[in-house]
Amino acid sequence: MANIMIQRSAKGDYVFYLPKRDLEDAIVSMEFDTPEKWGGEIRLNNGGSYYIEPQKAPAKLPISLRARRLDAAE
Amino acid sequence: MSALTREETEALIQEVLEVYPEKARKDREKHLAVNDQSIEQSKKCITSNRKSLPGVMTVRGCAYAGSKGVVWGPIKDMIHISHGPVGCGQYSRAGRRNYYVGTTGINTFGTMNFTSDFQEKDIVFGGDKKLAKLITEIELLFPLNKGISVQSECPIGLIGDDIEAVSKKAAKEIDKPVVPVRCEGFRGVSQSLGHHIANDAIRDWVLPRRDTQEFAGTPYDVAVIGDYNIGGDAWSSRILLEEMGLRVIAQWSGDGTIAEMEMTPNAKLNLIHCYRSMNYIARHMEEKYSIPWMEYNFFGPTKVAESLRAIAAHFDDKIKEGAERVIAKYQAMMDEIIAKYKPRLQGKRVMLYVGGLRPRHVIGAYEDLGMEVVGTGYEFGHNDDYDRTIKDMGNATLIYDDVTGFEFEEFVKRVKPDLIGSGIKEKYIFQKMGVPFRQMHSWDYSGPYHGYDGFAIFARDMDMTINNPCWGKMIAPWLKPAEAETLKAAA
Repeated sequence: MANIMIQRSAKGDYVFYLPKRDLEDAIVSMEFDTPEKWGGEIRLNNGGSYYIEPQKAPAKLPISLRARRLDAAE
Repeated sequence: MSALTREETEALIQEVLEVYPEKARKDREKHLAVNDQSIEQSKKCITSNRKSLPGVMTVRGCAYAGSKGVVWGPIKDMIHISHGPVGCGQYSRAGRRNYYVGTTGINTFGTMNFTSDFQEKDIVFGGDKKLAKLITEIELLFPLNKGISVQSECPIGLIGDDIEAVSKKAAKEIDKPVVPVRCEGFRGVSQSLGHHIANDAIRDWVLPRRDTQEFAGTPYDVAVIGDYNIGGDAWSSRILLEEMGLRVIAQWSGDGTIAEMEMTPNAKLNLIHCYRSMNYIARHMEEKYSIPWMEYNFFGPTKVAESLRAIAAHFDDKIKEGAERVIAKYQAMMDEIIAKYKPRLQGKRVMLYVGGLRPRHVIGAYEDLGMEVVGTGYEFGHNDDYDRTIKDMGNATLIYDDVTGFEFEEFVKRVKPDLIGSGIKEKYIFQKMGVPFRQMHSWDYSGPYHGYDGFAIFARDMDMTINNPCWGKMIAPWLKPAEAETLKAAA
């Protein structure tokens, strides 16, 4: 499990940030993206993917979360 | 000499790598690259933030250097205890020229060295008692200090002292913040982790202290973050922001105070100059206090104007007009400087190897003077730094991460730059090789280089270094008779 941060870029897309590794990348897809159910498997631009426990959409971004790594890019 | 082509640069890297043993070559290969602007993500071409190879000459620092030397040290009204043996604090004392206003030893303590001076018995029996006593003594001798930070040196982590407990107890006794920082030098691969640890300590021990306090804010409050006021940099940046109508409520951490830091969550926008060392706290404030942050670059008129406009875009028309007014006001002065120095510096080629933000930020300033940066690299940058660098550098230029002494010398011998900008450890090697050199960590005891006023000094310094007559006198007269005679014969 890793601490990650999800925020919005200036364009409005989700951006993924992993402080431990200074990894900042765009999120290409998120499994659930509705106000009631938000999270699940997220895919990064660099090919990596992480899993966030599905939850209610956060009221504001950025938000720090715990995420499980499914597939690292490197 | 004209610029190297992509193939030549690649060949140069291979040639330099050849001297290494197999394993070392494989490792170093990942840290050297030829810039390709079409690449979006730096990690496809360069690896960074990895442990240096044992046996090569690296110029990196340690986590203690990143925390005490960079982030905490410049906070002027706090006393920063170098907790451990005396050397770490003494040899890094006041070397970074973080200027500040105040009376040293009375209400400011920036250039002083406080240490617990560990001896054998402290290692054997632990140093907690000594630390407690030290804090009491500090409070007695320097009652105007506004707080204390405990900067751990390596032994603290090795012997497992509980500095947090001592700090909490002492903070109650003296009724001031006492911040334990776990920045033992052995943590991480370079000073970069020290920055992170220091940011986390500020997040946990400083920022929440005044969360409930009232603050008479204005809509134009900003905080300057990641400017360490080297040679007065933060001052020459701050006046521009104030001239355009903003109110700077905090300076992190050059000429900064702990009160300013505690009040930073009231800012409307955080302005980040050194992204590498302070992005962590900016991200934290964005999440917790919803303060947006942006990077800016105050090196060279082009980038200053660009940054001022980008900053103004976050505010109303009044500030936007203010930005235009400031840019227009300094335009004449900038034109004059460029007219004076550009002809003397046009076409000169520069190689950089610095830390933090400068390997990419100063490129604009050199370009304003008609110079070209042909190689750049970070001591302790991460991938996100290189992501930002690729766009700023020309195609087929050299990029090197944590470059070794040998590699840097070989690159310089082949690329033959007209100027090298790096640190004190490289300075004399290259000067003896006959290459003009400027220290770009401490501005070679000059400065400031930020802002419009800084650019005037920057341009003068570069001219003074490159066009110094001494570079034509590198060969002793008795070693070049043959050449002189041929010249005479030719005449």
